[in-house]
Parts: sequence; C-alpha cells; structure tokens
Amino acid sequence: MAEELSDGVIFKPKAEVKNLNFYYGSVQALKNINLTVPEKQVTALIGPSGCGKTTLLRCFNRMHDLYPGNRYEGQILLERINILAPKVDPIEVRMRISMVFQKPNPFPKSIYENVAYGLRVRGENKRSLLDGKVEEALRGAALWNEVKDRLNDLALNLSGGQQQRLCIARALVVDPEIVLFDEPTSALDPIATASIEELMSDLKDKVTILIVTHSMQQAARFSDYTAFMYLGELLEFNKTETMFAKPSHKMTEDYISGRTG
Amino acid sequence: MGGQCPPTLSLLSLRPLRLCGLLYMTEQKTLPSKLVRNIREKSIELILFLAAFSSVATTVAILFILIKESLAFFTQISLWDFLTDTQWTPLFGDAHYGILPLLTGTLMTSMVALTVAIPMGTIAAIYLSEFASNTLREIVKPCLELLAAIPTVVYGYFALLFVSPLLQKVFPELSYFNMLSAGLVMGIMIIPFISSISEDAMRSVPLGLREGSYAMGATRLQTALKVVFPAGISGISAAYILATSRAVGETMIVAVAAGLQPKIVWHPFQQGATITAYIVQVSLGDLPHGTIEYQTIFAAGLTLVLMTLVLNIIGHFLAKHYREIY
Ligand SMILES: Nc1ncnc2c1ncn2[C@@H]1O[C@H](COP(=O)(O)OP(=O)(O)O)[C@@H](O)[C@H]1O
Ligand SMILES: [Mg+2]
Repeated sequence: MAEELSDGVIFKPKAEVKNLNFYYGSVQALKNINLTVPEKQVTALIGPSGCGKTTLLRCFNRMHDLYPGNRYEGQILLERINILAPKVDPIEVRMRISMVFQKPNPFPKSIYENVAYGLRVRGENKRSLLDGKVEEALRGAALWNEVKDRLNDLALNLSGGQQQRLCIARALVVDPEIVLFDEPTSALDPIATASIEELMSDLKDKVTILIVTHSMQQAARFSDYTAFMYLGELLEFNKTETMFAKPSHKMTEDYISGRTG
Repeated sequence: MGGQCPPTLSLLSLRPLRLCGLLYMTEQKTLPSKLVRNIREKSIELILFLAAFSSVATTVAILFILIKESLAFFTQISLWDFLTDTQWTPLFGDAHYGILPLLTGTLMTSMVALTVAIPMGTIAAIYLSEFASNTLREIVKPCLELLAAIPTVVYGYFALLFVSPLLQKVFPELSYFNMLSAGLVMGIMIIPFISSISEDAMRSVPLGLREGSYAMGATRLQTALKVVFPAGISGISAAYILATSRAVGETMIVAVAAGLQPKIVWHPFQQGATITAYIVQVSLGDLPHGTIEYQTIFAAGLTLVLMTLVLNIIGHFLAKHYREIY
C-alpha cells in the first residue's frame, strides 16, 4: 500500500482522512478534509489562526467526544478501521494515538508517576516493568539525565521546557502509533523550543508525528510533509521542501511569505 | 474558615457603599470639588473598615471573656486535674472537673459524623463535578445544600425518635440516648459542607489536566480519581477541616439525642455528653455569676474554641502547602 502525490512523491500511509466534516454544534469548523498521513514522518499542519488546525488534530484522538454537541462526518482510517465510527470506543483510539498539548499539563504527581500514568491507566502496575518503561520514555524525551536523581519530585517544580518534555515522555511511554502535537513550543522560550524540535526530529524514526505549528520556520526546519489549511479547508498538501519552494496555491504562497496570517 | 465570614461582611459593607454611590450621583452636579471627593472616599473607607473591624472586635471580645472566666476557673482547679481527671461532676457534692468525659463524647460523635460525611460528601462532589450533566447538577446541588438549612433541633429529634429506634432493632444493646444515631444524623447534616466546597475545588481544576488524562486513554472515573481529586486536594482538605469544626461545635443534635451524662466513652452505642451539650445543659439552669459552676462553662467553651482553632490552623497550612506545590 503506497500513496503517490501529484508530482510523483511516494510514501507509506499511516492514517487517511476521508471527506471529513466537523461541527461544533451548528458551526462547521472543518470542510471536506482529505489527507493522508505518511508513516514515521513528521507532518506539519499550518495555516492562519482559527483555520481549524487544532480541530483537525483533535479529531484523530476523538477529543471532541468529551464535549456535548460536537459532530463528525466522514472517516479517519487507521489500518482500514474508521476511528470516527460511533461504535469505536474513543478510549481505544486514545490508547493508540497520544497527544501533547499547547500548554505543558503535567499532573500534580511525581515525575515518575506522570510518565507511568498511561501504563497505570492500562492496568499495568508491575514495578520492574514500569521502571524500565519510564526510563526508556524519559530517555526518549531527552529528559532522563536531568531528572534521574529526582524521579519522586513533583513534576510541577520542573521548568516549562522540562515539563513539556515530561509530557512528551508521558505520551511516548505507551508506544503510540501516532503522536499528535498541538503547537508544543508556543509557550516555551527559544532554548527550550530548540531542544523540543531536536527531540521531535529524533522521534520520527519510531513514530508517526502530526504537529500543528504557527511558525513557518518550525515547519520548514524539521517537518517532512506540510498541509496548509485555510478557513476550515485543507488547501494543499505536499513535501515540505516542495511546498515552501513552489507552493501551488496562491493562498499558501501568501501565507508562507508572510502576507497573510 | 472563610466560608462563614463573607456573607455578613458583604451585607455590612455593601449597603453603605450603595448609599454613598447614590449620594455621590446626586451631589456631583453641585459639588465636584476634589476636597469633597476626598472626604467621600475617606468616609467610605472608614465605613468599610468599621464593618470589617466589628467582626474582629467581636472575636476578640468573645476570646477575652472566655479567657478571663477560664483564668478564674483555673485559679481553683489545676490544669493538670482538668486534663487528667476522669470525671466531670461540677454540679455534684463530690465535684470533679476532668474534661476527658466531655472531650471523648465530642470526639466520638464527631468521628461518627465524619465517617459518614467525608465519604458521602466526597462521592457526591466527584459525581457532581465529573459525571453529572449540567441540568442534573442544577437540580441536585440545591437539594443537597438544603440539608444544611434544616434546623439542627429537627435533626436532633429525628435522631432520637426515628434513627435510634430503627438502629435498636438491629442492635438491641443500643441505649435510648446514644452517640451513634446523633453522629450519623450529624454526618448527614454536614455532607453539603464537604460536597459543595470539594465540588468547587474539583471544578476549578484546569481543563488542560483533564484533557491530558483523557488523552492518555483514561476513563472518566480514572481521570476523576487519579488527576482531578489530587489536583483539588487543597480545597478538599479545607472542606474536611471545615466539616470537622462544624461537627465538633454542633450542639442541638447531640444535646437532644446523644445524652447528657458525662462519662468517658469508648463505644458509639453508649450515651455521652459532648462539650457543647454540657454548655447548653448548664446554661439552661440559672447559675450565679462568679461561682465555679458558672466558670466551668467558660473553661469548656475555651477548650472547644482551642480545638476549632487548631483545626483551622491545620487547614490553613494544608491549603497553603498545596497552593505552593500546585
Ligand atoms: N469549542 C468550540 N466551540 C465552537 N467553536 C470553536 C470551538 N473551538 C474552536 N472553534 C472554532 O473553530 C474554528 C477553528 O478553531 P481551531 O481549530 O482552534 O483553529 P486553529 O487551531 O487553527 O487556530 C475557529 O473559528 C474557532 O473559533
Ligand atoms: Mg490551535
């Protein structure tokens, strides 16, 4: 199974969004989205504020199900299963697709328990197994060396950048198939941002990444593919170099060159 | 606890403020000078200060009288006897002044009440904050809060005439007056103190934390118990402390249903007098001022105030501690 873009780029798809519409009550926030997310690559969602990037991202782990009145139409296929189908349990979906939020949101628990959370929620309480997984996830999030001597300290005492890396470790510990990032560096200083970006480039060998970013430079720096959204529609999807070098859509060009958004 | 103070404070302080507002509007046309405005500002400030000061003054006055009369009491009875004597018989010929019987009575009824109120109140709070729909919450919450609005004397007779006979069917050895039914009913009365404040504490937990938990695949119950509850713990522990103060200070229920015989108690099936019950009991008779019998009221009262004070201080530090870490 492979997907081919218009100019002959071939990749292996991980998830496929098909004719997706999304409504907040009666307000339509996404209009007929079609998108194929390549496996083990970084795909960036860009576009002006309010165009529906977060809304699209949160469809992937059914976060919209938490609030009444939200409605999906269409499909997101993950290995041929439509994860938006009403009979699919959102919890099952979230077990396979992790999420890192815009604002670091560590739980009021120890560093260790924050990372172990996803495993405990899945009923895993064996200490030896947890220890190994927690260490692996913290290493994966480039945080192990900074916290290995104080795993039992409260996570809220960490700096903002460390908290966000902790949230990344928390998302990684359950071996997710896809990790969703919603502007993960927008609340961080430039140094913390750089370390998170570096971390994400390392991660893509292991996991499929879908990231919302408002920073063109960030998308250009480390994403492989970019999707450009505008007013709830997905206008363009391509390899990042191609998109930034010769955007095929006038709106994309304007946005990338800083004339809109 | 802050919970009891604000209503009176705001009533006292808002009315003058509104009056001054009217005054200001009518006078503005004729006297817009800076001096007048300053005087007005200052007088409003003074009124507000007096309103706030009156509550402080009342507290100080109560403490002053309590301490003064208690000091008179302790010139005749040593503190050691007060704390260690196992009998409390100030009105008998063979008078003993040991607070332990009343103290154990108070602790026993409070413990029974909290055993009911803490789990029930917490469960109600978790349900209302994390599970109930908005409409259901709007209905259930006022109903729960009504529990605290029923006069306590009604609860007292409910315990004595309904709950005790019912319990006696199960436990025949239960005495007519007993601390079990008084404590149980008191526990029901203080449920809303716990549920309301705990619910507020949990509902003010940031949405981002909940979403973080759901995003990891947690269920609602897991999110409520593993994330929202610990995140709201400072408010929740404040609720527990407030409820404890309320239980320790509750008077009518225990006076009516728990009995008035001061004896050291070990078991909630027994009857026993609490500090508060003793105070109403002797206050009903007319004791001549200045006698030792009269002063026992104040010594017992001071003990009660100290207990509540310690609880409030613990609550204050708990809240502060958790605010720092979270
Ligand atoms: N909970 C909500 N209820 C109603 N409308 C919403 C809600 N969240 C977002 N929207 C609307 O949906 C549109 C897309 O929002 P969002 O996905 O957050 O945009 P982006 O992340 O690209 O800035 C916006 O017009 C926004 O106002
Ligand atoms: Mg957004």
